[in-house]
Amino acid sequence: MMVKKPLEFRLNGTEVAVFADEAENLLSVLRAKVGDLTPKYGCGQGGCGACMVTIDGRTVLSCITLAETVAGADVGTLAGLSGERLDPLQEAFMDGFAAQCGYCTPGMIVAARALLQHNPTPDRDQIIEAISDNICRCTGYEPIIEAIQSVVAQERAGGS
Amino acid sequence: MSVDFRKDIFAKERDDNLNEIGKPTRRQDILGHVTGRSPFFDDHRFDGLLHIKCVRSPHHHARIRAIDTTRAETMPGVVRIIRGSDVPVNLNTLLSLLDFGKDDEPVLAESKVAYMGEPVLAIVAQSEAQAHEAVAAVRIDYEVLPHVLDVEEAIKPGAAVVNETYPGNKFEFYGGNDHQKLRFGDVAPAFARADHIVEGRYQMAPIEQAPIEPNGAIAAPQTNDRYVCYTSTQGLFFSLGTVAKLLNVESNRLHFIGGTVGGGFGGKVDSLCEPLAILGAMLTGRAVRYVLDRAEEMQVSAPRSAELWYVKDGLAADGRIIARQLTGYFDSGAYTRLTGYGVVKCIGHLPGPYTIPNVHSDAYCVYTNRTPATAMRGFGVTAVDFAIERQMDKGARALGMDPFEFRLINAYRDGDMKAHRRLAGNCALIESIQAAAERVDYPLGAEFRAMTSMSGGGGERALIPPTRTERLGMLPAGTSTVEVKTTAPGLVPQFGVDLPVPATGLPAPSPTPTPVPAPKAPETRATTYDYGASGLSAPPAPKEVPPATEPAALTKSQPGPVTPKPRYSRYSSLGNRRR
Repeated sequence: MMVKKPLEFRLNGTEVAVFADEAENLLSVLRAKVGDLTPKYGCGQGGCGACMVTIDGRTVLSCITLAETVAGADVGTLAGLSGERLDPLQEAFMDGFAAQCGYCTPGMIVAARALLQHNPTPDRDQIIEAISDNICRCTGYEPIIEAIQSVVAQERAGGS
Repeated sequence: MSVDFRKDIFAKERDDNLNEIGKPTRRQDILGHVTGRSPFFDDHRFDGLLHIKCVRSPHHHARIRAIDTTRAETMPGVVRIIRGSDVPVNLNTLLSLLDFGKDDEPVLAESKVAYMGEPVLAIVAQSEAQAHEAVAAVRIDYEVLPHVLDVEEAIKPGAAVVNETYPGNKFEFYGGNDHQKLRFGDVAPAFARADHIVEGRYQMAPIEQAPIEPNGAIAAPQTNDRYVCYTSTQGLFFSLGTVAKLLNVESNRLHFIGGTVGGGFGGKVDSLCEPLAILGAMLTGRAVRYVLDRAEEMQVSAPRSAELWYVKDGLAADGRIIARQLTGYFDSGAYTRLTGYGVVKCIGHLPGPYTIPNVHSDAYCVYTNRTPATAMRGFGVTAVDFAIERQMDKGARALGMDPFEFRLINAYRDGDMKAHRRLAGNCALIESIQAAAERVDYPLGAEFRAMTSMSGGGGERALIPPTRTERLGMLPAGTSTVEVKTTAPGLVPQFGVDLPVPATGLPAPSPTPTPVPAPKAPETRATTYDYGASGLSAPPAPKEVPPATEPAALTKSQPGPVTPKPRYSRYSSLGNRRR
């Protein structure tokens, strides 16, 4: 009999409680137990970034994060980004053709939002560094970088 | 983001009042992508979902003596262990639905394994972890066989037989030919009078498509005696037809849902997961998910084939290529998948975008004990292009010429006859080279900057030269050849023969016997390749027809009329879908 452990955390600001399997990873809990399908399985080895989420504002690869380590923490996914309106990053990704197959997109946007949270005015190199854990196979890095830059420019213009 | 159009190039050929082209437009599916709501196959949930993991061969080549699943069967969570004998039709070749190639690959190996990672058993369990644990508990007794991992070794006499369907380790194309030919002009005298001979050997590695979303499928029984299958496949109907054949079910009992593919690049046409997911659902009555993990994706999902090429060029001192000979070996791995088709595509692409009056090429699809190869972004074209372009650089060096200028001299012009007997049109290599050189401030001579694709072609360059073929000897100028298997049943042998035809048209099927030269020796069964004219090919001979080398076949009457059907057009449309 497999041991299941109760686990409580906040997902995009809402309390959730699940029973996690022994050694179950956070990606599996989010997708199979909670039903948040925005983080994707790409490699299961922490190599591609498709499963990227935030824990207390810091990006992590959920496929190699033990679920039990998020007890009591704030977990953020792409699903938490847009409410009634899309996040400016989502708008910019749409305008700039920064998604092709769409599979790496949730992780990319989570990485970009976390960057802007900590540094609202990153330069190009800092943007590249921030998405360097995220692999895109449809070779869309340049439009992705440009989309993030356009949001930086927008927010800078709006803020001044 | 907008597209920069050069208005000065091909200005006369283009209407500039375009409504969509060159203007940014929003993808229809992009809102789903940026919100994470696009429905990939794995984003569908089912109660009591079961999971498949496969027991795979640890050897390149081995006979299966015995399989012991005793311990695995009693492990927690194990619901069902699927063997090859559970697969209703456990032999297929991917393009059998298009009548190309012979069935040569099992879903699950039964008597032997032919590559490392080949699946032998599929274990259906309540969780992926339990499936993994049961996989580790299976014991298979293998008799390790000699293996071959190199294409040139594989076609030597006495090499290990990789694939029993093709005992010579070479795919059989139409008419039983073991390679694809291209003949245009006569290379031997051209080599004899060439000022320089340049030779090269080029080896390209296999390339994994590596989409971020792995191959996978989830299948579930529906209440109407149908099975729904959510899949990552790049070809829904292709995959559906493949499953219908393997599982011997009517295709209208299968309901495939897909179209949202997390990257494919050719790596999701092989229908690796759908047959077992659906069979699992049939055998258990439950929803079953089969997804390759990343290690499986790298080890056993098919890459683009490795290719080995020998290229020999005859060059005139003024920079013209007067003859090119190419011999290529595609490494298909243990089974055919789409590599045979890649060879056909490749032959239509030779000798590269250059007008060369004498071309001679043979391309082989060879079996080795490596991972089967399949489609991958321009397969059949990109690897030989690497060989050709390296060869162009070598040629330029031999002549002491600038490599760009050497290419410009030889580039196709509009109206030139290509080696596979199509007139070149809308050529743009010259303009592309000029534009690239300009961008990087590469100095091209004035005469090269003045060149254009729209002049200098046609005339003599539009003609098909007298062409030497192995079977028919010298064909007169302006003729092509066509592979004819059946024109009128009972009158013409059912195997491929070459008929010289005027380049302007194909011979009408004749009700009277057509005089055809008798085959001389088995290797002369090889027909001269002609990409366009092969549309006249008839369906392959029924199995009971004696092999072509037996003269009796010439007079043996054949059953019922057979309607010649266009074939290459069908392959082409398939190829166009695969990107």
